[in-house]
Amino acid sequence: MAFTRGFSGRRARDPRLPPGQYDAGQDWPVLNAEATPSIDVGRWTFTVDGLVDRVTTWTWEQVHALPPARYEGAIHCVTTWSKFDMTFTGVSVDTLLAAAGPADNAAFVVARSDTGYTTNMPLEDVTGGKAWVVWEANGAPLADVHGGPARLIVPHLYFWKSAKWVSGLQLTDHDEPGFWESNGYHNHGDPWLEQRYQGD
Amino acid sequence: MASPAPPAPPAPVAPPPGPWQQATVLEVGTETASAKTFRLRLPDPRPYLPGQYFIVRLTAPDGYRAQRSYSVASAPGGDVIELTVERLPGGEVSEFLHDVVMPGDQLEVRGPVGYFGWDGKAPALGVAGGSGVVPLMAMLRTARRAGTPGLMRLVVSARTPEDLFYSGELPGPDATVIYTRRVPPGDRRPPGRLAPGDLAAAAGDGRLAYVCGSPAFCDAATALLLGLGVPTDRIKTERFGPSG
Repeated sequence: MAFTRGFSGRRARDPRLPPGQYDAGQDWPVLNAEATPSIDVGRWTFTVDGLVDRVTTWTWEQVHALPPARYEGAIHCVTTWSKFDMTFTGVSVDTLLAAAGPADNAAFVVARSDTGYTTNMPLEDVTGGKAWVVWEANGAPLADVHGGPARLIVPHLYFWKSAKWVSGLQLTDHDEPGFWESNGYHNHGDPWLEQRYQGD
Repeated sequence: MASPAPPAPPAPVAPPPGPWQQATVLEVGTETASAKTFRLRLPDPRPYLPGQYFIVRLTAPDGYRAQRSYSVASAPGGDVIELTVERLPGGEVSEFLHDVVMPGDQLEVRGPVGYFGWDGKAPALGVAGGSGVVPLMAMLRTARRAGTPGLMRLVVSARTPEDLFYSGELPGPDATVIYTRRVPPGDRRPPGRLAPGDLAAAAGDGRLAYVCGSPAFCDAATALLLGLGVPTDRIKTERFGPSG
């Protein structure tokens, strides 16, 4: 390992922080690849399609009628900030997938946004209580800049996997790199393994 | 089974990142009181598009590491890149780079990264706020080197003349600078935020717009461009968040 002359790093590391991350405190930085859209909940829909038994679409009212679910914990952005003690409210991806019925050969998922943004994951990263579609953050409606009215959250991976303005999930039998994954970022994005960029 | 296809992901246009490498610091230049440019020689030069960034990684003797991404300010070509780094108070990496690093030091870098790249061919408009000028300067320098008049136009918003990066090269026939707080002597535009009139002449011909700055600046500039009739899909934004 090559050391950097004169660098010792800040001490007092928080064990909740993955390697290379810092605590953003009260700030919630915003980084998008696209202009912030403004989406009318009256026209909002969410669709699960691809390798499923029943292509299923929910309206804003229908998705709110599903059993509510909540994530409480940390989020980690690849740009090196982390935030603790976040609360997101919405619905578990497990609930959405159960309604659509994943086919036996479904192994991957591509999350898509109204903006055309996409991000890919193995199906196992969004099942078993690991992913949510949420419309509230810390008790308030999710703001446009943070992906409102609804975004995906997959908090055990870097936050670019948590697609803002999410409009659907497509189940596939093969892995299809999404926007950042095609632009030099790691395909999986585990913050504890510091999988930031291709080959990390 | 009739399932609607998702929108196609935007086509990747940018080269992928190379491996970590030990760059040599050739020179540290001062842009403003809080911004320095680090001129680095790469042992393994990597092709990149103007607008992309590199990652700098610092390693302590105990293995502790910290890394941040910084936009390249120089035009591609050769084995030297220039990264301009704004010193953020309390920023673990930017303070180290500003206060400790000197010519002759080795810095571990990796790149290029990022979608915010320009192919150097399609006519482009850059709209920059503050340190958001860095990746757009790489584009302007590329265009100036190509020598094609009108290929790139740049509009830069800075707080005061003392806050302007690359003041030896800005403004110019292809670049205007507007000031939000205080203007230099003789500047006829009063200080004020970016307004439609600052962009109208440059945005007129359907060229691709690259917007870079703080999230608030990007939102404001995007709204102005949309108001001038630039379609959403002709606007690319890169939001600079705190990245200490």
